[in-house]
Amino acid sequence: MVSFKINSEQVAFDGGEDTPLLWVIRDHLQLTGTKFGCGIGQCGACTVHVDGVALRSCTTSVGKIDGRSVTTIEGLANLDDALHPVQQAWLEHDVPQCGFCQAGQIMAAVDLLKRIPKPGDADIDKNMKNLCRCGTYVRIRKAIHRAAEIAAGDDS
Amino acid sequence: MNRAPGRLQLTRRQFLIAGAGAAGSLVIGLPALAFEEEGERKIGFFVQINPDGTVIVGCKEPEIGQGLRTALPMMVAEELDVDWEKVSIEQMPLGIVKTADGFAWKYGGGQGVGGSTGLISNWDLMRQVGADARRQLLRAAAERLGVDESQCHTKPGAVICTSLDKEIPYSELVVAAAALPAPEDAAPLRPTGSYRIIGTPRKTIDALDIVTGKTKYGIDTIQPDMRYAVIARAPVLNASVRSFDDTRARAVDGVLDVFRIDGPAPGEPYFILASGVAVVATSTWAAMEGSAALDIEWEDSPNADDSSERFWQENEEMLKGDGQIVLDDGDFDAAMAAAATKLTRRYRVPFVSHAPMEPMNCYASVKADSCHIIAPTQMPSGASRAASAATGVPRENITVEMTRCGGGFGRRMPADYVFEAATISKQTGWPIKLQWSREDDMKNDFYRPGGLHEVHAGLDADGKVTAWAQRLASGSKYYRRPNMPDENLSRPELYPDDFPRRMVDNLRLEYFHNAIGLPRGSWRAPAHTANAFVIQSFIDEIAHETGQDPLALRLDLLGEPRELEYSNHGGPVFNPGRLTRLIRFVAERIGYGRQLADGRGIGLATHFTFGGYAAHAIEVSVDEGKLTIERIVAAIDCGLAVHPNAVDAQLQGGTIDGLSTALGLEITVKDGQVQQSNFHDYPLARIAAFPSRFETHILPYDDVPTGVGEIGLPSAAPALTNAIFAATGQRIRSLPIGAQLGAVDMVSAASPQTWSPDEDEVF
Repeated sequence: MVSFKINSEQVAFDGGEDTPLLWVIRDHLQLTGTKFGCGIGQCGACTVHVDGVALRSCTTSVGKIDGRSVTTIEGLANLDDALHPVQQAWLEHDVPQCGFCQAGQIMAAVDLLKRIPKPGDADIDKNMKNLCRCGTYVRIRKAIHRAAEIAAGDDS
Repeated sequence: MNRAPGRLQLTRRQFLIAGAGAAGSLVIGLPALAFEEEGERKIGFFVQINPDGTVIVGCKEPEIGQGLRTALPMMVAEELDVDWEKVSIEQMPLGIVKTADGFAWKYGGGQGVGGSTGLISNWDLMRQVGADARRQLLRAAAERLGVDESQCHTKPGAVICTSLDKEIPYSELVVAAAALPAPEDAAPLRPTGSYRIIGTPRKTIDALDIVTGKTKYGIDTIQPDMRYAVIARAPVLNASVRSFDDTRARAVDGVLDVFRIDGPAPGEPYFILASGVAVVATSTWAAMEGSAALDIEWEDSPNADDSSERFWQENEEMLKGDGQIVLDDGDFDAAMAAAATKLTRRYRVPFVSHAPMEPMNCYASVKADSCHIIAPTQMPSGASRAASAATGVPRENITVEMTRCGGGFGRRMPADYVFEAATISKQTGWPIKLQWSREDDMKNDFYRPGGLHEVHAGLDADGKVTAWAQRLASGSKYYRRPNMPDENLSRPELYPDDFPRRMVDNLRLEYFHNAIGLPRGSWRAPAHTANAFVIQSFIDEIAHETGQDPLALRLDLLGEPRELEYSNHGGPVFNPGRLTRLIRFVAERIGYGRQLADGRGIGLATHFTFGGYAAHAIEVSVDEGKLTIERIVAAIDCGLAVHPNAVDAQLQGGTIDGLSTALGLEITVKDGQVQQSNFHDYPLARIAAFPSRFETHILPYDDVPTGVGEIGLPSAAPALTNAIFAATGQRIRSLPIGAQLGAVDMVSAASPQTWSPDEDEVF
């Protein structure tokens, strides 16, 4: 039995401990915002936060999550439903095309901004490794810069 | 491959009708012919105006990221005259009605997206829906006020009667409007110049759901009593299952059933791509683990010796002989014999995979006499046909719901995965969701055809091109299509009316078909991706070889605006002057012709694709084999840009798709097996490959829209390789670029392919 918190709720999983966290989140907890894209940690569509740090959930066994705290895209906005600055910026720049990779992109961008509050283009190049097949990279880049401004209190 | 674009012709019996919806709303839709004949009055839902003034617009087309879910309601809202903020969207299912001689579309036209037709095929219909709804509201207001309809007009969300100085919100008129008789003719449409929503920047209507993780894609389907299925597929093309041992698979906790799935006979048209063994379980992971635990013996395949190496050798051999003459304008041989300068080049364009981010999946619930499908599909009618073929359930008893698709790119035009899901549900009697792995997806695709192109040009003493030939040996996209005669195999690979037709008098196109066993299909902007690369590279080569400027030579060939006949998809006319305008524009924006530092270069290219026009200017630097894209200027002319924000997004995305593919993507075969399996060996480019200096421009033209989903892709790759030549003198004639520039491959250098979580940080 593995127990952990997900979006502040305590949950338990009694299946195999080597089950990827991704499939526990999607099939068992039915939180489908976190996506399956490749299963080998390449694309980042499955990115979630574990204890506040971005992680590929498709290559992370649920057994390693015991006692930890997971945040998915559904839990990113505050309890009062205020969007995270990254989500706000994503809307301002209308980033999504098909949208499938965007939950992972947003989780990766939140992690980046936590570590580097004012990232330059080189920081974005180095840290944003998630794939987008639609090619929303131009807008992702702009939205990350904008999210940094919003987080810094610059709402202009 | 597509429905032909064209103007909607509403017959008398297809006029939109209005009626009462739930909770006192006004619903506007189309009568379904068969239902009307049966004396019922059911309407196809298009727009619902609620008593609170909000408006729900039905989107009858699939959304694959191209923006139709936003663009179609923009058209309705424009004509209906409501504030955009009041509009929301509802995805409509497949609407077909059985008639005496087959099936008719329930919603006033075909449903399905491909070939950049989704917007234009709905342009008249959706505006008419809004205009008719508005007129019903006007009439209801006039009746209530006791004035003539002509004394009323609208402002957003309300009818105004000037003579009485009265204003009535739509919300107070919906009940009365719903009770009015159906309109007897089509309401007039607004003149183009008066738009306040169409042509203005609007954001993706359902973006909030996407950024909060609420949007449901096909892969997110969860239904009562649903089981999860995967298929272990034949690794060798056209191999079938000889036998299998499922002892270990059935021992996996959660595995419920294991059974064989048959594929098509070799050479026969495809329902599905591969034979295999299905595993049904209580969760996706249990099904995947069960699949991994199978021991399967495969029959020998007639394609067991297929290889890329052989394919390319065979293409070389074929080009030594005579092929099918697809086009022969003027007298190519005589013009070539008389030419002062002759040039021949060969270009190689590889097979590539669609690889949409959402792997194939489908929910199917098959019962004795009905079938329910929930699928991410570009062609819901194909999904219905596949489900019927798999189950024997008649199509009128099959419902197809469309989810938002995690990318399309042409992969979701075929319905192989629907056939598979319906087969498994029928066999087990359970509602199931079939899930493909990424490996399934990459190894079982309808790939973009690979081909070897040989091009010839003859020039007179003044440097004018007088003769041109393109000879192509490739695996046709039409391979294994039902009822396909051999002479038609060239059709999806060489579009005769493309540039430089009617610009070079003596023009020949010749085709050779290579029947390699790799399945192939429509990949975003199909043959335009190959032909734009070949032709726009060759123009550059001709210019350099004959001492002409590449831009000047293009401008000479394209000429000034004029309409040429164009009988291929995207016609009926091609105006090369619109390309002239675009390439001049991008060249000027990027500062073409200015002095550049060593190792820097600018490349240009332009192409006409499916009715739309695009051009790219790209500046690169190459330093010791390391390629950096320094700057991109892209421009599109799609006529009237209905939803400019999506046009811009498609131009950005198409450019990136073209460049990512050119940089590092290729599908190869060895011993009858696809060698790539996932994103580590099929490295889509990441954000680092693309510069922040990336600008897109929409150049408006006239007042008729074209589609945009494929237009921005074809000219990107040749602009890049032309820039590489300008920077280094090295001509890229074989895609992908890969490591051709030196030891360092840009794709892997700029973006390490494997993201390695530092586990110590977390654990």
